[in-house]
Amino acid sequence: MTRQDWIAVIMLALLAVLPPLFIWTGQYFWMDLATRLVILAIAASSLNLVLGFGGLVSFGHAAFVGLGAYAVGIPAYHWLYGGMDAIAVTNGFTQFGLAIGVTAFFALITGMICLRTRGVYFIMITMAFAQMIYYGIVSIEEYGGDDGLVIDTRSEFPLIDLDDPLQLYGLCWVSLLVVVLFVRMIVRSRFGMVLQGGKGNEERMATLGYNVYAYQLVAYVISGAICGYAGALLGNFTTFISPEMMDWTRSGELMFMVILGGASTLAGPIIGATMFIVLEEVLSSWTVYWHLPFGLFLILVVLYIRGGLTGLLSGKKGEGE
Amino acid sequence: MTQILRVDGLNKSFGGITATDNLTLGVETGELHAIIGPNGAGKTTLIGQLSGLQFPDTGRITYKDRDITRLPAYRRAPLGIARSFQITSLVMEMSVIDNVTLALRAKQGHSFRFIRAVRKDKALRDGALALLDRVGLADKADRPTVALSHGEHRKMEIAIALGAKAELMLLDEPMAGLGAEESVQMVELLRSIKGRHSILLIEHDMDAVFALADRISVLVYGHIIATGTPDEIRANEAVQHAYLGEE
Repeated sequence: MTRQDWIAVIMLALLAVLPPLFIWTGQYFWMDLATRLVILAIAASSLNLVLGFGGLVSFGHAAFVGLGAYAVGIPAYHWLYGGMDAIAVTNGFTQFGLAIGVTAFFALITGMICLRTRGVYFIMITMAFAQMIYYGIVSIEEYGGDDGLVIDTRSEFPLIDLDDPLQLYGLCWVSLLVVVLFVRMIVRSRFGMVLQGGKGNEERMATLGYNVYAYQLVAYVISGAICGYAGALLGNFTTFISPEMMDWTRSGELMFMVILGGASTLAGPIIGATMFIVLEEVLSSWTVYWHLPFGLFLILVVLYIRGGLTGLLSGKKGEGE
Repeated sequence: MTQILRVDGLNKSFGGITATDNLTLGVETGELHAIIGPNGAGKTTLIGQLSGLQFPDTGRITYKDRDITRLPAYRRAPLGIARSFQITSLVMEMSVIDNVTLALRAKQGHSFRFIRAVRKDKALRDGALALLDRVGLADKADRPTVALSHGEHRKMEIAIALGAKAELMLLDEPMAGLGAEESVQMVELLRSIKGRHSILLIEHDMDAVFALADRISVLVYGHIIATGTPDEIRANEAVQHAYLGEE
């Protein structure tokens, strides 16, 4: 295990121990923060797969979060109010399966187009597709338009009850653990090496015989599906979903987390999500203009610490493990 | 002898600039064919079209009797065409050996394999180490690529081209930026692989070209003005006028 792996282990251990303590000491506010943190860390990890390891700066990952959340909210809505019998369920497996399926499909279709572009164009077109979904949801009156939709019933699973904050948190934490291990496995596999090679030097990979486009597309679909799963968790956590979840500023926040924590490191998205949540809480308690010091902090990290905060903690830059 | 690569009437323009002008060329199987020419003669554009990173406006490229004019780069490599880059083109973030294993694995079918960690694949590692040994870099296998010198990067380029087990190697200025001693080593390295692969060598270093090449073509303004053995090229008046005289 590398030092960066150890940082991920320590973060995961802290996240396993602290929140139950919050519950026992009655600190429900902190428990909520921890749940949001873990869900955002999953979403950021999915973005890191394409942004950090694949070099594909997606500015539209909030759309996957939103689609995943609506894949929980819309079935729950129809289950309560009727209509759309085929998807009118509260079964968690169906809802989460739907979240993953829909986001994977969306990633496949948009990825096929986005990945034909590079650099700034890729950033803009991923954002454009996300905005398309955003306005699409806003325009659907039945699901609340831009007022959003309350999820009356959380996803139902056997054995666990997501209405219990601790059990919901447990599901989120285990999910984060699985996602981190999954991403670790992928980036060390043959597939992951080709993906990282394509980031470093696409022409070289092409002349070696790798169809970089196909590898990037598969990575994009995997990333989108994980992010959709995070969205389904988020929907269950907030029990309120609105198009605002997929606003482009939300995509930006996910990028902040990845870059702040350290792109192309496993621990980066967890550290980044933690810093984001902590800074947001601390700074916004001082001033409503908390984005200003937050932005300055991000600029300092990007300018002076290569490999983000993970790079700082592990004593070396983040690239390539 | 049979021709492994044949180029007929190739044209390529960028706006008003003609980079490749009705270019015709043949590379015999097993020969080391060098292309020389002044700066801006269109050498790199030519190799770009041969490797599939750029496509010609008109003309035809035939590899082993197969038309590959419009074939994308990633589909030429499996046919046995490898190239090195003039501007060192390695994956700097990766270790030396990882760069080479990428070349080896490209020959082993698809890499949509998600589970097993690459670095645990012993056979692959041994194969890559053998290649690095051939270019004299085995002891640096696990260093990050970015930490190596320019000369060592040039050698890595050759190791990668060898790793692709190509029948036709397109080498784009392998001596570029090398010091005197490194150049000598590179010439020796190229001499050691000559004959086993067909090689199209684009090079500025005249000493190297005349020492290594079986045949030389002279490229001026995107057009080949002469092809022949090193002695014929030395004696060719048009070449002397266009090129050698200015040296």
